[in-house]
Amino acid sequence: MSCMSVTRTYDEINEKIKKGKVVVVTADEVAELAAERGVSYVAKNVDVVTTATFGAMCSSGAFLNFGHSDPPIKMAKVWLNDVPAYTGVAAVDAYIGATEMSESRPFEYGGAHVIEDLVAGKPVHLRATAYGTDCYPRREIDTYVTKDSINQAFMFNPRNAYQNYAVAVNSSDRTLYTYMGTLLPRLGNATYSSAGQLSPLLNDPYLRTIGVGTRIFLGGAIGYVAWEGTQHSPGAKRDENGIPLAAASTLAVVGDLKRMDRRYLRAGVMHKYGVTLYVGIGVPIPVLDEEMARFVSVRDEDIKTTVFDYSVPHRSRPNFGHVNYKELRSGYIEVQGKRVPTVPLSSLERAREIAQALKEWVAEGRLLVQEPVQRLPENQVSRPLEVVGLEEIANG
Amino acid sequence: MARCRVVLTFPPDKVEKPVAYHLVKDFDLRINILRAKVDLNEEGKLLIEIENHKQEAIQRGLQFVREQGVQVELVDKELQWDDEECTNCGACTAVCRPRALHLEAPDWKLVLDKQKCTACGLCVDACPVKVIRIDF
Ligand code: SF4
Ligand code: SF4
Repeated sequence: MSCMSVTRTYDEINEKIKKGKVVVVTADEVAELAAERGVSYVAKNVDVVTTATFGAMCSSGAFLNFGHSDPPIKMAKVWLNDVPAYTGVAAVDAYIGATEMSESRPFEYGGAHVIEDLVAGKPVHLRATAYGTDCYPRREIDTYVTKDSINQAFMFNPRNAYQNYAVAVNSSDRTLYTYMGTLLPRLGNATYSSAGQLSPLLNDPYLRTIGVGTRIFLGGAIGYVAWEGTQHSPGAKRDENGIPLAAASTLAVVGDLKRMDRRYLRAGVMHKYGVTLYVGIGVPIPVLDEEMARFVSVRDEDIKTTVFDYSVPHRSRPNFGHVNYKELRSGYIEVQGKRVPTVPLSSLERAREIAQALKEWVAEGRLLVQEPVQRLPENQVSRPLEVVGLEEIANG
Repeated sequence: MARCRVVLTFPPDKVEKPVAYHLVKDFDLRINILRAKVDLNEEGKLLIEIENHKQEAIQRGLQFVREQGVQVELVDKELQWDDEECTNCGACTAVCRPRALHLEAPDWKLVLDKQKCTACGLCVDACPVKVIRIDF
């Protein structure tokens, strides 16, 4: 043990970023560096580590403000390319959710596609109806908008960047079509979605440096952590190194859709399941001290996750034990004594590209690290929804 | 062992020709029918795998098929995906039982082992961004 442990502040790191002297590496690179030279070396020499993930994140969407027409309308129902958006917020604000499906082309086109089309600069068909009021007399409108013709278009995703996630298998006799991809019968495959050692929240397991206000890469633009994500469960079971053994913390994130790039934001259709949005997220993690250096040095073989049987359609699915990401990446895992092919559902190739892009942003002084304005809750777990009567809920 | 995969395209008036039978019987070829799409009054298509210890035997068989007025295409070109639009997400590999499609280390991009592909078509629907095409 060295007698003087290294520490650095956010300000010190940002000074180095501004001077172009920052040492920034990706989470893949730091894992190798730590394996070769040790965690203390990392603590001493690395200022920032970039992490990333690119995967299906259903809990995503965007707020849009269309501007006022003449005569004005207080939209009660709104459709974008035939996909219903939520407009119960003032007159011309709407939220387009990623998983909402087109009324004419369900399971083929949805909110995620509207978002991707907007980002790509394509015109989007806007249709709205209203009751008509004294100040908003208009009762319907039919027009086209683009991201540049409307006032605001900002992405607000209630739950992204899951810290770890399950491995899905199917022990039944029929093929299952799920948000974890197509699961072949009799343990025919095992799908997993976390980016492992590159994944943002697995490089800072207790979220010391990721909180409200953290500046991030979101869909190709600068974005921010807005809040704890929905179902944020930092209280989930952890291993001896503090790494959660299944889905745990999550982030709610926000960013300017107008500046995003469809390379890092793609609509997808999960066969016979529905529409989702692939979101690219990158988080820069400041190496404040030796502890953070240890966290960012985590390797695939140190990160375990839980194998769940998705053929049981209940909230608590039976599990088949733990595997680590090195095993998952090897192409096969063993489940119930059977050799099962593994299939990633998030793009490691694209995640690496994002970690690299973010590294360049930091190195070129385009992105400063931001100390969280407020830390996220530390112990809670996600609650289930019970079906109860009024009496029961009132009496707690 | 020589082996190849071909798509046989039958014009509407040749759909009912029993070519597979002749290939087995007269040319001593091992035939595995991977996919068939035959509509009466329309073109019919058959994807088959042919095996024999001699390449020439296969060639002779295919020559016979051509003489019957049936079009023969080697299958190599059948499965395609748009590399620019592919996100290398891996969803298609989940349904590929023969493991013809897989993401390959170290760069984790999608690769296809044409030899293993049975042209089952399952990957086409499994791709979330719909960039895989099988022209069959
Ligand atoms: S067509 Fe079938 S065998 Fe061929 S790559 Fe696609 S899923 Fe695999
Ligand atoms: S599912 Fe589609 S996008 Fe994903 S790797 Fe396969 S071809 Fe590429």
